[in-house]
Amino acid sequence: MSDPTSLPTGAPLTGAPVGPDLSELLRASARGDQAAFAQLYDATASRVHGLALRVVRDPAQAEEVTQEAYLEIWRTAARFDPSRGSALSWLLTLTHRKAVDRVRSAEAASRRDTTYHHQNQPVDHDVTAEQANASLEARRVRGALASLTAVQREAVELAYFGGYTHTEVATMLELPVGTAKTRIRDGLIRLRDAMGVGQ
Amino acid sequence: MNDVHALSGAYAVDALDDIERAQFERHLVECAECRGEVDSLRAGAAMLADISPVAPPPALRDRILAEVATVRPLPPQVVEVRPRRRRFPALVAAAAAVVALGAGGTLVATQPWSDEPSVSFSATEAVLRADDVERYVQKFDDGSKATVYRSKELGQAVLVTEGMADPGEGKVYELWLDHDGEMVAAGFMPKGPDNTVLLSGDAAAAEGVGITVEPEGGSDEPNLDTAVVFVFDA
Repeated sequence: MSDPTSLPTGAPLTGAPVGPDLSELLRASARGDQAAFAQLYDATASRVHGLALRVVRDPAQAEEVTQEAYLEIWRTAARFDPSRGSALSWLLTLTHRKAVDRVRSAEAASRRDTTYHHQNQPVDHDVTAEQANASLEARRVRGALASLTAVQREAVELAYFGGYTHTEVATMLELPVGTAKTRIRDGLIRLRDAMGVGQ
Repeated sequence: MNDVHALSGAYAVDALDDIERAQFERHLVECAECRGEVDSLRAGAAMLADISPVAPPPALRDRILAEVATVRPLPPQVVEVRPRRRRFPALVAAAAAVVALGAGGTLVATQPWSDEPSVSFSATEAVLRADDVERYVQKFDDGSKATVYRSKELGQAVLVTEGMADPGEGKVYELWLDHDGEMVAAGFMPKGPDNTVLLSGDAAAAEGVGITVEPEGGSDEPNLDTAVVFVFDA
């Protein structure tokens, strides 16, 4: 924690044009403040839903995942720990897990066949570009993704957006198991460093 | 070991199967480096969601806010440790069982298959991962080991035991926080040699942690003959 007196006039805490302080909204939500939660929702819903949709693909299921995620965010807001990362990162980590759980259970039920069809398809890197909007954030992320090697990007995208396990990723990319997990890790490290987060 | 570390990336993006995940979470308890790495990789991965924002239908907002109104937010701690002594012995046993569940395989993720919030971070994990975490280790002649982790910022402490001998028939390890020389009960160790327990009470203000052997149900005063004491750095 930096010494608050060293901040110039304290402006960054209150006057920054980045929208509401999500950590604060989460804390208020933990105390049962529904208005704060609504604000939190408004500030994050498109990213949460976009991620859910990206992973599960089916719009109806994505809505369910988004709903589950927010319900869990509401229930477990007290467990958010700002020392470990941003509120947004916490929200999206939780959403991602929900989405992955959804595709895994769906897959276990019925989709195993189609899942492995992906095996022979080249991974389309432009998927990310195509859906990107013109926002500054999106451009920044695309820039960061570009710093990954093609094989790292492929592995990270299959794991993160595809919701596949590293073992599945290895099979899909015809790699030894150890290689896929290393690519995912190396890719994520590059991504993190390029974004300048979590240092 | 190296092999385990290498799973940090896959873990951060939920690309482990249930068994690997449970194994890696056990590893996380002991590996501060991996904990830090996982947090940072998750932060990086989460930014990927900036690429494809999609506004959900307005009706979903209404549904969610309506549902939330009927749900009580959980308290900060996942692992409930009895805050004070003087309760019914039967409840104590139940509380110990609950703790054992939470602690046996590390934290919340002991039930990776349940619908419970396995992704949220338990209070225990938060302490172990705290930036300001302090670590105090005691090794015993029989090869067992007890480690206390404390985060002043969080005001909480966690005890991790390895290979602890059974306290004996009808006995229990009771945990205490030392406040100005006064030992304040802070919970119990569940049965079993390897445990991870979040102590109840304010660990930031405490000067140390004590472990004593007490009759089942706990005692009003610690049996100091049996005490193992961890003294915190000021």
